[in-house]
Amino acid sequence: MNGAAPAIRLTAIDKYFGAVHANRSASLVVQEREIHALVGENGAGKSTLMKILSGMTPADGGTVEVGGREVTGWTTAEAIAAGVGMVHQHFMLVPTLTVAENVVLGREPVSAGTFDRARAERDVERLCEQSGLAVPAGRLVADLSVGEAQRVEILKLLYRGARVLLLDEPTAVLSPPEVAELWKVLRRLRDGGATIVLITHKLDEVMAVSEHVTVMRMGETVANMATSDTSPEKIAKAMVGRDVDLAVRQGGGAAKLAGTPGAVALDVRHLVVRGARIEKAVDDVSFSIAPGEILGIAGVEGNGQTELLEAIAGIRGVTSGTITLGGADITHRGVHNRGEAGLSHIPEDRHRRGLILDYTLAENLILGQQHHYTNNGILDRHAIIDHARRRIVEYDIRPTDPSLPARALSGGNQQKIVIARELSRAFTVLLAAQPTRGVDVGAIEFIHAELRKAREEGKAVLLVSAELKEVLTLSDRIAVMYGGRFVAMFPRSDASEEVIGPFMTGAARGQVA
Amino acid sequence: MNTRTRVLLEESVLPPLVALVVALVAGDLLIMAYGQAPGVVWRALLEGTWGNSYGFGQVLYKATTLACTGLAVAVGLRAGLFNIGAEGQLAAGGFGAGLVGLMLPAGTPALIAVPLCVLAALAAGGAVGSVPGILRARFGAHEVIVTIMLNFIVLALLNYFVSAKLHVPETLHTPEIHAGAVARLSGTFDAFHGSAANWTIVIVLLAAAFVWGFLFRTRAGYELRAVGLQSDAAEYAGIRAGRVWFSAMAMSGALAGLGGINFVLGYKNYYEDGFTGGAGFLGIAVALIGRNNPVGVLLAALFFATLSQGGLAINAMVPKQMVEVLQGIVILAVATAVPEVRRLLRSAMSRRKAAP
Amino acid sequence: MTVLLFLAQTLRIAIPYLFAAAGGAIAERAGVVSLTLEGFMLGGAFGAVLGAHYTGSAWLGIAAGVAVGVLLGSIHAGASIRFKADQVVVGVAINLFAVGITRFFLQLAFQSSSNSPRVVGFGASAGGSSAAFLANPLVWLGLAVMPAMAFVINKTRFGLRVRAVGEHPQAAASVGVPVNRVRYAAVIASGALAALGGVYLALDQHQFTDSMTAGRGFIALAAVIFGRWDPLRAGVACLLFAAAETLQIQLQAAQIIPSQFVAMIPYVLTIVAVAGVVGRSTPPAALGKTSE
Repeated sequence: MNGAAPAIRLTAIDKYFGAVHANRSASLVVQEREIHALVGENGAGKSTLMKILSGMTPADGGTVEVGGREVTGWTTAEAIAAGVGMVHQHFMLVPTLTVAENVVLGREPVSAGTFDRARAERDVERLCEQSGLAVPAGRLVADLSVGEAQRVEILKLLYRGARVLLLDEPTAVLSPPEVAELWKVLRRLRDGGATIVLITHKLDEVMAVSEHVTVMRMGETVANMATSDTSPEKIAKAMVGRDVDLAVRQGGGAAKLAGTPGAVALDVRHLVVRGARIEKAVDDVSFSIAPGEILGIAGVEGNGQTELLEAIAGIRGVTSGTITLGGADITHRGVHNRGEAGLSHIPEDRHRRGLILDYTLAENLILGQQHHYTNNGILDRHAIIDHARRRIVEYDIRPTDPSLPARALSGGNQQKIVIARELSRAFTVLLAAQPTRGVDVGAIEFIHAELRKAREEGKAVLLVSAELKEVLTLSDRIAVMYGGRFVAMFPRSDASEEVIGPFMTGAARGQVA
Repeated sequence: MNTRTRVLLEESVLPPLVALVVALVAGDLLIMAYGQAPGVVWRALLEGTWGNSYGFGQVLYKATTLACTGLAVAVGLRAGLFNIGAEGQLAAGGFGAGLVGLMLPAGTPALIAVPLCVLAALAAGGAVGSVPGILRARFGAHEVIVTIMLNFIVLALLNYFVSAKLHVPETLHTPEIHAGAVARLSGTFDAFHGSAANWTIVIVLLAAAFVWGFLFRTRAGYELRAVGLQSDAAEYAGIRAGRVWFSAMAMSGALAGLGGINFVLGYKNYYEDGFTGGAGFLGIAVALIGRNNPVGVLLAALFFATLSQGGLAINAMVPKQMVEVLQGIVILAVATAVPEVRRLLRSAMSRRKAAP
Repeated sequence: MTVLLFLAQTLRIAIPYLFAAAGGAIAERAGVVSLTLEGFMLGGAFGAVLGAHYTGSAWLGIAAGVAVGVLLGSIHAGASIRFKADQVVVGVAINLFAVGITRFFLQLAFQSSSNSPRVVGFGASAGGSSAAFLANPLVWLGLAVMPAMAFVINKTRFGLRVRAVGEHPQAAASVGVPVNRVRYAAVIASGALAALGGVYLALDQHQFTDSMTAGRGFIALAAVIFGRWDPLRAGVACLLFAAAETLQIQLQAAQIIPSQFVAMIPYVLTIVAVAGVVGRSTPPAALGKTSE
């Protein structure tokens, strides 16, 4: 290092979002010309730290230095001017413009007062050659594959002279050959003098491409090591904060379906579901759940869990495969019909789907069941209020006034509305997506108790949660979802964070038929 | 300030307050531009509307039509759809009522004729309104574009029927209808003598009550508002947006169509080309200031009817067109100022909350 | 000769559409809804007459008309962009306002509720000689406006930014494109251009008459939508709509098709276009969304 300043030095960064302490005195040092992996579980504070570095959001404390210069609190524009740019998970591309137009937008070559398209395309083609990022410069972005669109994002940064590239989970949307292609490009860029920070939670990627690793846990940077001196075990240990045993984890790959009791409440066969950006967000998933069983799906978010649950709930269309509820094929039935057939659904996003924020507590408590609170088309207000009063007491929802808009309640109490509504209806199968997201500890315990109660009453529960602990605490069987597939299935007795972790990150692979 | 007070303030008090203040200030400027004293003109405006029973009758008459188009726009907006087509729906409703009135034999008892004509108005307006509803549900065609274009189509079509088929020579109106006339209020209350106010107002009040009951007391209303507020949550709840869009637009069109009764059966006893005179577009303003609430819509209709009748009362001092200018300015002001004031209010509240 | 007359008549009707549709194209491509074209045109027509009346110069009339368009465009832009008001509501309001304010000042300036006195202009007086038509600079400007707009939108830096801003404003902002400034410019330009359409009408007829634009702004909007927000196609749509109108005028005596049905053509075609029955026309993705 011969005394030269590092490319990036973040010191004691603090960042709050409301009450959430997203970064706690986090520090990061990245040397010039290296690929540096920034790893951690969901919500560990990785993206926040990178947003602070790229000027998208200011830190509440600490200093940011780039190339030895203190730049704390700079703007995105200043960061770009200094050669620091970020590739976001959600692309910032204009689909109706060409690749070249997107790349040069904001810094367009002009000749004789007009936009010099020919030069733009030449410049982009030259950049493509230099960097090894192959994209047709004249093609519309709307016609590109996801992998190509991502290359355009990187080209945009290179065009602006970026020498420090921050990539936020770049492989989340890529197919394996595209991932391999990306590694090639990143190495080439590094060899050309660039510094790269790669946010990921996939340990196979860390091992494959990085020189150094910084691990974050709960907002803190807890470890920093050279990739060559470490191992997936060590990194995983730093990520979860305790010892892990690789041998056991590898053995998990061969795990089979837990023995199923005779009765089947929900049966899913060879389900394929389209995602917003990928053809097979759910790729040939089969499983069944028995009455009185909780099947938990572990996995890093964005591996098809959302699409799977939406397809079972009837919100999202199914490409192929079947869904059977209590013996009846519901694959092509509407949402309402599935509800009548015994399906209950706690959706993952209560603000978007689970609640109508401007509706009152009482109105929200009948959402999806409005048919049962109607006489000849007229809402039965007494029944609605009565229902609300009882649920409010039973589920300890506060404040207790049923005529308040849901918007006025805290996150935990809003979630209790959803839980109360979905657990108080007549059902045999419950889909519970992120049931405790963003709620306080007391509410978590309460919700867990409710889910267990449902199980004891003989309901079948399909639980999806980004909190591995939650899945482990509640489930009878645990499936691990990765890349749209169930890559492992364990009975509770065989499962642990250590066993499941490598499947979640793709470090271990398997296939559950 | 608790949540409910704030909601009341934002939703119910703020828009009319902004409307009133802006109308006063802008009106003052226009009046002074014309070299008159604002105080005198405003007084004349009030005296010519709420100050005597004829003027008040005229205000009621104009408010009746505006209430219909306002309710129409409000129902659409509750479902998340912007109905700019109330003008054409209003005309269609009037035409439908007039046509039935013409076809019924003279001397048909009012008890039969009036309901038939009302049904015809509802059906004609509803038919026009349901077109953008269907196109939205079926093809995803944006209702704003469709309703605008449909206005011109409907008005041209009606113009054709009236000018080529049904008109009294040298005019653009139909012959007088034989049956279905709605009595003037002046028949019962002498004071309204000469004004066009008629019993249509009662039908419209009933319609407003119906709309309120529908929106807030029926399952269909619950589902309609759910789609308008959060379509993703409605989808989750098994509500089919396409159906809601269709029925909301049909209902919206029917309400606008109902307004045609007021002119055709209650005032002139014939359908006349161009009788709508922009009442459909003003319905947007009425719904905006009435916050899409039937009670608010009725009050806002009175406000705009007062302005419009008041224009005539002050015409000797200031051109009556002043009120048209004011209408535009009021809508603009409410559309811009209300969200702005709301933002300020919210940020002030959150600052106070954040402070220890 | 009939063909020439037909073409001349078509052009004469098309010129105001071309101006207004050019304005509509640029504003909508930048993501701002152009329900206001009608109001801009009416304001421009009145401004032109006021200017020509008080200065005696048709050229200054043009300048005054454009100034009114810029003013109205600025109101539209300010309300929609700065205050994030609903653009549809703003559009309706500006149209009402334009009708009212022109009537009010018609009364104030000329003591008439129907029309202004005769002013200087470019148009032919009754009958219409083709020489006078050809001498009207606005005719030539009107013919050039759509190709020019196509050039601006497709070939200039400003146009590239307009397209980006109307399609994905966050992406444009993330690379430093001043989204609001681009939109202001586009909307104010649309005010000036649509106003020129009104100016042409007024100076061609040498006077202002109440509500003289008579829905032409909406036909122009229909042309923009029917032309799928592309200036050249919108220009063709303008000519098509104008040709239909000319046909209607020529056939009026013959009474083959009722004129009202011909008048409906642009609107019916537009509905067909947005319903996507024959090739869907997709608006700019961020159209009408200035709140985020």
